[in-house]
Amino acid sequence: MSEHTIRGEVAVVGIGETTYYKRGQSPDPEFKLVLRAILAAAADAGIPVPTIDGFCSYSNDRNMPARLANALGLPELRYSVMQWGSGGGGAAAAIGNACAAVVAGYAECVVAYRGLAQGQFGRFGAGARVPTISGPPAFTVPYGVMSPAQMYAMRTTRLFHEHGISPDTLKAVALAAYHHAQANPRAVMHGRPLDEATYDESRWITEPFRLYDCCLENDGAAAVIVMSAERARDVTDAPVYPLAVQQGGEYRSGATVHNQPDYATSSFKTTAPRLYAQAGVTPGDVDVVQSYENFTGAVVMSLIEHGLCTYESANEVLTADNLIAPSGGLPLNTSGGNLAECYMHGLGLQIEAIRQIRGTSTNQVPGARVALANAGPMVEVASTALYGSEEALG
Amino acid sequence: MTGDQTNTATSGPSGPYLAEGLPAPRPASDGLDEPYWSAAREHRLLVQRCETCGTHQWGPEWMCHTCQSFEVGWVEASGRGTIYSWQRPHHPVHPALRDQGPYLVVLVELDDADGVRMVGNLLGDPLQEVVIGAPVEAAFEDHAPDVDGVEPYTLVQWRLAAG
Repeated sequence: MSEHTIRGEVAVVGIGETTYYKRGQSPDPEFKLVLRAILAAAADAGIPVPTIDGFCSYSNDRNMPARLANALGLPELRYSVMQWGSGGGGAAAAIGNACAAVVAGYAECVVAYRGLAQGQFGRFGAGARVPTISGPPAFTVPYGVMSPAQMYAMRTTRLFHEHGISPDTLKAVALAAYHHAQANPRAVMHGRPLDEATYDESRWITEPFRLYDCCLENDGAAAVIVMSAERARDVTDAPVYPLAVQQGGEYRSGATVHNQPDYATSSFKTTAPRLYAQAGVTPGDVDVVQSYENFTGAVVMSLIEHGLCTYESANEVLTADNLIAPSGGLPLNTSGGNLAECYMHGLGLQIEAIRQIRGTSTNQVPGARVALANAGPMVEVASTALYGSEEALG
Repeated sequence: MTGDQTNTATSGPSGPYLAEGLPAPRPASDGLDEPYWSAAREHRLLVQRCETCGTHQWGPEWMCHTCQSFEVGWVEASGRGTIYSWQRPHHPVHPALRDQGPYLVVLVELDDADGVRMVGNLLGDPLQEVVIGAPVEAAFEDHAPDVDGVEPYTLVQWRLAAG
């Protein structure tokens, strides 16, 4: 274990989510959704709202900390930090930045949050409606490479080619997510089960991705509150300890026009080893996994790069039965995740990992002590958090 | 390259590979990639090459990623490469593609430029089987949209090459 670590110093005290809506169907504007999620997280923690003194978000969230602090009537704003860019890659990093602030003493009670109202602000999944385009997108968009699925599909094609990974692994990831969503009343796909035949017959979005390989697009908001471990024990009976959070990218992960030297990667090859070292755990200690699904192919890469299976074992390990809680050996995306619960840019996956350590998931892994939740695979800067119970601190 | 005739995606009966109406490329306002787009209009494929250490790089950047030299120039590539990866989009995400049907996108690794890759469409049957490693050659596709404020431009497409 590394000498410098947040392990044991900081704890998650509150989690909050709004109702999750289909894209464009929120009755509330985005800023109001974020306020609702923050109030829910404070209530979950059992703390007065004015205790909050810092904010962290990611992906150029539009809901500014100063406006939030003003709306909430906070006595003082001490910390406001944005994780740079890279889509949902900052979901774990935002929580990591909140933890860092608490450990460093910059603030005492920090919220990591994300809000999305695509009806109000436009879609992720649609191509740009502009007459001209310049910069790196000028080398892809005119060839019909515009949507996130189209930006990332070729990495999965290359994964299959380089490592003999079967497309059946993608199907297993989708089936497990939909299975879990059926027990989760928050899930947008609750009551809409998916079977193998329906997956096989579903339309191509872009080969090798079918409809069910692609994340949802949703409206809603989510929030996570962290405080020092010492104060956390005063306010909650169920502190969950972030054991480590890592963010980053590999050599030239930011290369444009699909020129990353290591192309068939989810961008965790350098961060995952640092993550485990800082947390003082190994992949074998992980009881349950929340792995960000922008697209199912990325989940396969992420599981391999986090040491949870190998290129050689992936076709055997990644079967639907083995990914389902509580019976499977590698319980995955137990809320339904971005595919079937809600696409809250991955913050919902972090919350589900926290719920598993609390023992309150709708697909609970009995006795879960260590949970992993990653964010934003295949983007330039990705991140992962490991969460542990009091017992995991040892 | 073997001359304009064989390297031009003719606008014959099939016309451009994708329906007109997608956003047109325009050189970046900072001028970084202007040489590439100007050369493409002349049916020449340029790529960046460091004048200090010789490293090729793509996409365009102001500095060489190997030696941090700002002396990054442009050289003409042969236009030959191999398919590194591919996808076949079916779902139209732009109104211009509403009646397009499936189309092929390839990521091509250039033969003579330190393995840099370029994105384009693979000309021919959009439902053809695609083989990673297959040799391809550049084909220049000219566009002159009748849209105010949009300058003529040329896309670099790819077609299968003989063995």
